[in-house]
Amino acid sequence: MSRKLLLEHAEVPGIETYAVYRKQGGYRAVEKALKALTPENVLDEVKISGLRGRGGAGFPTGMKWSFLAKPEGTPRYLLCNADESEPGTFKDRLLMERLPHLLIEGMILSAYALGCRTAYIYIRGEYKWIIKILERAIAEAYANGWLGERILGADFSFDLHVTPGAGAYICGEETALIESLEGKRGNPRLKPPFPAVSGLWGCPTLVNNVESLCAVVPIVNDGGEAFAAIGVGRSTGTKLISACGNINKPGVYEIELGLPVEEFIYSDEYCGGIKNGKRLKAVVPGGSSVPILPADLILKTAAGEDRLLSYESLADGGFVSGSMLGSGGFIVYDEDQCMVRNTWNFSRFYHHESCGQCSPCREGTGWLEKVLHRLEHGHGRMHDIDLLVDISKKIEGNTICPLGDAAAWPVASAVRHFRDEFEWHVLEPQLSQQRNFGLAMEAVAV
Amino acid sequence: MVKVKIDGFETEVPEGTSILNAARQIGGDLVPPAMCYYTKLKGSGGKCRTCMVRVAQSSEKDQRPMPKLVASCSTPVQDGMVVENITNPAVLEARKAVVEFLLINHPLDCPICDQAGECDLQNLAFEHGTSKTRYEEERRTYDKIDIGPNIQLHMDRCILCYRCVYTADQLTDKRVHGVLNRGDASEIGTYIQNSIENDFSGNVIDVCPVGALTDKTFRFKSRVWFLNPFDAYRNCPTCSGKVVVWKFGEAIYRVTGRKDQYGEVEEFICNTCRFEKKAPEDWTIEGPRAIDRHSVISQNHYEGFGDLKI
Amino acid sequence: MEGLLIKEQQSREIFSPETMAEIQRLLPRFPDGRQKSALLRILHLVQEENEGWLSTEVMDRVAELLNIQPIEVYEVATFYTMYNLKPVGKYLLELCHTGPCAIEGAERLLEYLKQKLGIGVGETTPDGLFTLKTVECMGACGYAPMMQVGEFYHEHLTEAKIDHFLEDCRAGKVALGTWKLS
Repeated sequence: MSRKLLLEHAEVPGIETYAVYRKQGGYRAVEKALKALTPENVLDEVKISGLRGRGGAGFPTGMKWSFLAKPEGTPRYLLCNADESEPGTFKDRLLMERLPHLLIEGMILSAYALGCRTAYIYIRGEYKWIIKILERAIAEAYANGWLGERILGADFSFDLHVTPGAGAYICGEETALIESLEGKRGNPRLKPPFPAVSGLWGCPTLVNNVESLCAVVPIVNDGGEAFAAIGVGRSTGTKLISACGNINKPGVYEIELGLPVEEFIYSDEYCGGIKNGKRLKAVVPGGSSVPILPADLILKTAAGEDRLLSYESLADGGFVSGSMLGSGGFIVYDEDQCMVRNTWNFSRFYHHESCGQCSPCREGTGWLEKVLHRLEHGHGRMHDIDLLVDISKKIEGNTICPLGDAAAWPVASAVRHFRDEFEWHVLEPQLSQQRNFGLAMEAVAV
Repeated sequence: MVKVKIDGFETEVPEGTSILNAARQIGGDLVPPAMCYYTKLKGSGGKCRTCMVRVAQSSEKDQRPMPKLVASCSTPVQDGMVVENITNPAVLEARKAVVEFLLINHPLDCPICDQAGECDLQNLAFEHGTSKTRYEEERRTYDKIDIGPNIQLHMDRCILCYRCVYTADQLTDKRVHGVLNRGDASEIGTYIQNSIENDFSGNVIDVCPVGALTDKTFRFKSRVWFLNPFDAYRNCPTCSGKVVVWKFGEAIYRVTGRKDQYGEVEEFICNTCRFEKKAPEDWTIEGPRAIDRHSVISQNHYEGFGDLKI
Repeated sequence: MEGLLIKEQQSREIFSPETMAEIQRLLPRFPDGRQKSALLRILHLVQEENEGWLSTEVMDRVAELLNIQPIEVYEVATFYTMYNLKPVGKYLLELCHTGPCAIEGAERLLEYLKQKLGIGVGETTPDGLFTLKTVECMGACGYAPMMQVGEFYHEHLTEAKIDHFLEDCRAGKVALGTWKLS
């Protein structure tokens, strides 16, 4: 049974209200920080904790915080990235629906550490009802003196607001988020300058994911070392994994990093195995952007070691035989799922979500989708498969923001691990319209 | 001042200079091509990705290479930086890929495009592209529209460099056109039927690297390489009046800004100079205009001028 | 801010006092001169008031209100998928068809909805009740397939649930929620 640092009280009735949250020990971390810790102390605890960005990139949060420029006389902003839109990811939604005060508390602590007077939660517009939950909670926090002027009488004042997006995956990229928050199109900015130097309205800005900000609460409560004691290696603490696809128990699970993937998929405590007694075919372990892995490689690394839910273990083998922990969007495919169709589907997603600013992504994502559409619908040729790989290579690394990589990786990895299935679509155009490929060995037997 | 080495050539530039501008200071073949960057337009650059180079050494202090290719137009040099452009095959490969991306939806209608002969995309494709296409899908098409009486927009040809948007933002007081929609459905437009009316709006034609925005007063009048460009001047109350007039015999076919060897205008000109002053007596001719070595325009015009340095 | 109040007088003619109050509540959240930051939320509000879509007239008024050029509003409105630039039906059915929902049968449900309503994606039923739209990942992957209607998510969708839902809509029993907080 994994320890729960964030979701411990998620099931408590009424936990979304201030009264219940407070009764469960809520805002204790703010009391502790404002009364007994300096901002530097808080920053140090976060550094010691080893917390890494939970939005997908996995960059050490403490280090990111220490990059924030602090010029005299210029305001600094803290932004919460609640634009959760990565296919397979629905963990921040749960945190905000059930534990809005945990996020507020985490943001107060973070703002205190960073010296920010104002912060915004940028939330995807589709989460309309959550905006209300957050605004209600913020109003409660103001009413009870946790937000506003001189919190707890300390020399620290802090304002927090919610502001919605309006339907654009790209706004999860931090500079696109900033542009969108300024009331513009969500076009990512060129870097440098980085937001830590020039972000929102040209001021130093820090953007953190919902889960990262929430994790600051247990870090301050129990100390960075206690957080770092959980997990494995440089993957410390707990992580929310949102599991979906062909499993018995889809949902959001808080796991201690280092949990074996096999246990996560098959244990009744988590996913509860594959639905309808079917066999596992593949997993996308960290949201649609990360490479897909076939059953054998998601359960064991190429070296034969158990694959763990950790930043390092999932990346073991690089892009040849590994993947990434990403946002923790864990998508499971059973033997009846078509890898070509799924790749086309993801490709359509990235085509739809490309902002269109830089040429490789604008043109390349559409091209990928069209070739995949052809293959899936029985009109592909053998050389189309290599063309896919080539296009994805030419997008990867050549774009303004990581959306290009995110569009390229699923395609490249699907062809790498399921090439036989792509070829089957070319060789058997009619059959491929009637049934799925299944697992490779069976198809050969047929 | 900081030192930077590009393809083995060293130069010194003020701090904050981009790699591209440092390369332009050295000059020659090692200058990366740029389709969206425009020195005079704040915020431009970084979008087309044709100017990408490899930074083999970040600086004297940090000798590590940068992990990815970088857009040279928007990456500032650091002291001791070592840059590879045409000496690195990976850079040329990436550039070739960008050309392919820029062309897959381009109509390739050069034979009927007014920009042919002075088109940055044509030059880029000639130098870095391939003669075959791997794109078999349908290309996107748009209706051509008039934005105002003198400017025509051929969205089919647009590469979304955003230069015209920055021009309108920075040169005119009320921008009425912009980038609409997103992804590969993005387009330059006004959303509602609207014309760009401003004394300086015509400059969007000069900054457009392709034939997406063209001068209606010059439409289908002549191929540019049949014309003789001359620096000319008039006393204009609105702009500097320093232009290039493009003549066929004595007739002035069109008026543009004076562009440097990288296709950037030296000074923006007003619409009166551009669209309305087509009579020989409107202008004082200063002399023949030097045109970039790459261009077909410079192929055969200046025989009559003997040893004139052009 | 003074300029904004004058503009408010003019905009009263097109936006309701409730919407204007909501907008006035939002503006002080941003520093002076940065009120454009409220644009996305204001567009949600005025779209709701304008029967679910953004007309040019509405967008021009928003531009006036925020003291920005109309093109800045058009640029934003055409970028984000939640803004509708054409009239829509009373119930806008936004069905997710991204990977995880597709695994759980979203494509089949899309066909079902098309056939049931007799319309294609992007079309509105002749009675003006329903518009069908496909959307990309909504963050409900574990509860797939799903669609959003108004403020709410309808998850674990089946054909039978869709039948009931459409009946409830026709009977006027489905709440759409609101962007207004007060």
